[in-house]
Amino acid sequence: MAAMASTDSGLTKAFDNDWIGPGVVSLAAAIGISVFQPAFLSSFNIFVLLSAISVNMVIALGQLVIIGLGQMNLALGSIGGLVAISFVGVIEKFGVPVPLALVLALAIGMFAGMASGYVIARTAISAFIITLAGLQIYKGINLGITEAQPFYGVPDLVKAFGNGSVLGPLPWLLVPAVLCSVSMWYLFNRMRIGRHILAMGCNPHAAELSGIDPKATIVWAHVLSGLLAAVAGVMLVAKLQIGQPTIGDDWLISSFAAPVIGGAVLSGGKVSVGGTFFGVVIIAIITQGLVIFNIDPFVVQIVLGALILWAVAINRLREVRIAKLQARGAGA
Amino acid sequence: MSQATIDVDPAPKRAASAGRSSGGLRLLLSNEFGLAVLIGLALLVFSITLEGFTSPFSLFTMGRQVGIDAMIGLAMMAVIVTGGLDLSVGAIGVCCAMAFGWLVQIVGLPILGAIPITVVFGASLGFINGFTVVKSGVHSFIITLASMSVFFGVMIFLTKANAYNGLPPEVQAFGKMKFLKTISPLLLISIAISAGLATFYKLTTLGREMLAAGANPRAAELSGIRTGRVIMACHMLTGALAAVAGLMVTARTGASVPSMAGQLGQDWLLPAFLAPVLGGTLLSGGRVSVIGTLLGATFANVMTSGLLLMRVGAFWITASLGVMLLIAVLADRARRQFLKNKGMI
Repeated sequence: MAAMASTDSGLTKAFDNDWIGPGVVSLAAAIGISVFQPAFLSSFNIFVLLSAISVNMVIALGQLVIIGLGQMNLALGSIGGLVAISFVGVIEKFGVPVPLALVLALAIGMFAGMASGYVIARTAISAFIITLAGLQIYKGINLGITEAQPFYGVPDLVKAFGNGSVLGPLPWLLVPAVLCSVSMWYLFNRMRIGRHILAMGCNPHAAELSGIDPKATIVWAHVLSGLLAAVAGVMLVAKLQIGQPTIGDDWLISSFAAPVIGGAVLSGGKVSVGGTFFGVVIIAIITQGLVIFNIDPFVVQIVLGALILWAVAINRLREVRIAKLQARGAGA
Repeated sequence: MSQATIDVDPAPKRAASAGRSSGGLRLLLSNEFGLAVLIGLALLVFSITLEGFTSPFSLFTMGRQVGIDAMIGLAMMAVIVTGGLDLSVGAIGVCCAMAFGWLVQIVGLPILGAIPITVVFGASLGFINGFTVVKSGVHSFIITLASMSVFFGVMIFLTKANAYNGLPPEVQAFGKMKFLKTISPLLLISIAISAGLATFYKLTTLGREMLAAGANPRAAELSGIRTGRVIMACHMLTGALAAVAGLMVTARTGASVPSMAGQLGQDWLLPAFLAPVLGGTLLSGGRVSVIGTLLGATFANVMTSGLLLMRVGAFWITASLGVMLLIAVLADRARRQFLKNKGMI
């Protein structure tokens, strides 16, 4: 993306704050709904909303890393699901203590991500097809282990974590979500590996010529994605209080929707953690709004799809506008 | 030869003349031949070792599923030609199945009248995808990801997630119909449509334009092909074929069920990509193999039936299909590397 490569030129700076647009929309939506339904701002409702936002933020970050690379990870949900049932499974069947089970769960996520990343980096076959195979394999292992039956043995500590609050309407689930978000922001803005991922997403050839190891970068991005999927999987177990084999089945759409609403370019090289956060917030508010106004929950699917299209259109318009401004700048 | 493979970029043509002497080896290394051999081997091994593998019932269900999976695979293949993809095939298939159920059960149309309407409906859903992809210039992945959510959501909203299970008995009878005790008409329909598609890509202008637009859109545009329209046509073809696949599933179950392809129709994604990729269709576009797709669907189902009879749990088969897709792309890559080293590509 030539237009994206020069994001630091002053001219484009105004359009580069990806989080402003979605931020304004989320604020407007929140105000709009609370005017009609004051219950929207009740402490309980905010708690529910923040719990949903926390989990979905981590899921979206898992996809965001791979989008930055210019690839996609269809296996994100199936990794999350496999991690979720493994986490509860080892606790229930083998009596593994929670911290150890957590380490094991995160390791499974990272390993699954590494496996996809290694195959993609090594063979240069499209990430789409490799992660599609990954989706099927991880989901198959999940169902093979559980035979589609949930694990119920979630320890009370984990349940309390998923449903307790730190302070007022702030859920404990917010803690891992904030940690992950800050780390990812730091990674993309201050760390070498983050810059390498974005450089690969902009132009893999140029990145390689400037001394970036493309294979290592791809593998690292997928390891991170697997780790984030694992964190989200464990968070969902805590929230749902059950090791459901179906965890992760519905991550695909929302994991792409939030980053795209947040201004991420799907061909890679440009991501925004702040924008993604507001993307997650918009989705959560709209989903909640539909529930509050007693609208058929099936409409959520339609709204999600429409949101993606809307965001894609906005991003496209911005690109065209930036390109025009740049052309004018070059002319002068 | 009904094999519809055309290499539009110049390099393979050069290789074709250079490597003519080793044409036999090229045939031996072609995807279709490799698959045919694998299918033959698998059939041989399974029929010797597994009791009941060659029973008429087993052959019938296997063939019927091949018919359905081949249709799903061909639907995806029709859009892979352009270098794009369509995540919404499953959603379109289910929407069409539900539309058919509504037309027959609620509106009361005769079955034969409802079928063409359903197929046209599928094509128009495909047109929505194609139109949006072409006009927005955004990759089909994200557009069809969104449309999959929208199509499926609207369908669930309209049907309230209820199945149409009061279809006339002829629908189910057709799904259970057998020729020679073993052959499902669904398989025959797939074979007929494959033959039609192979001819279409090989002989018609539009078919060749689709391949050209997929191989190199810019070159195609410069040589006077209206790439945008051709890509829309590809998406419409995908929609129509997905509609046929949806109708086939309806015939198999005897009812139009909203969950027949899983959440958002995602369950169709694997068969949709597995068959064309096994068959040697390039994901980057420009090359299709209709016969390969048919053989790909056959191979996947022979393996699945074999594993099921070996009492491998149904859930582990899900995983093994993923492994199969992985092996297929790896083997294809190794084959290409080999041909390249020999200077045949």
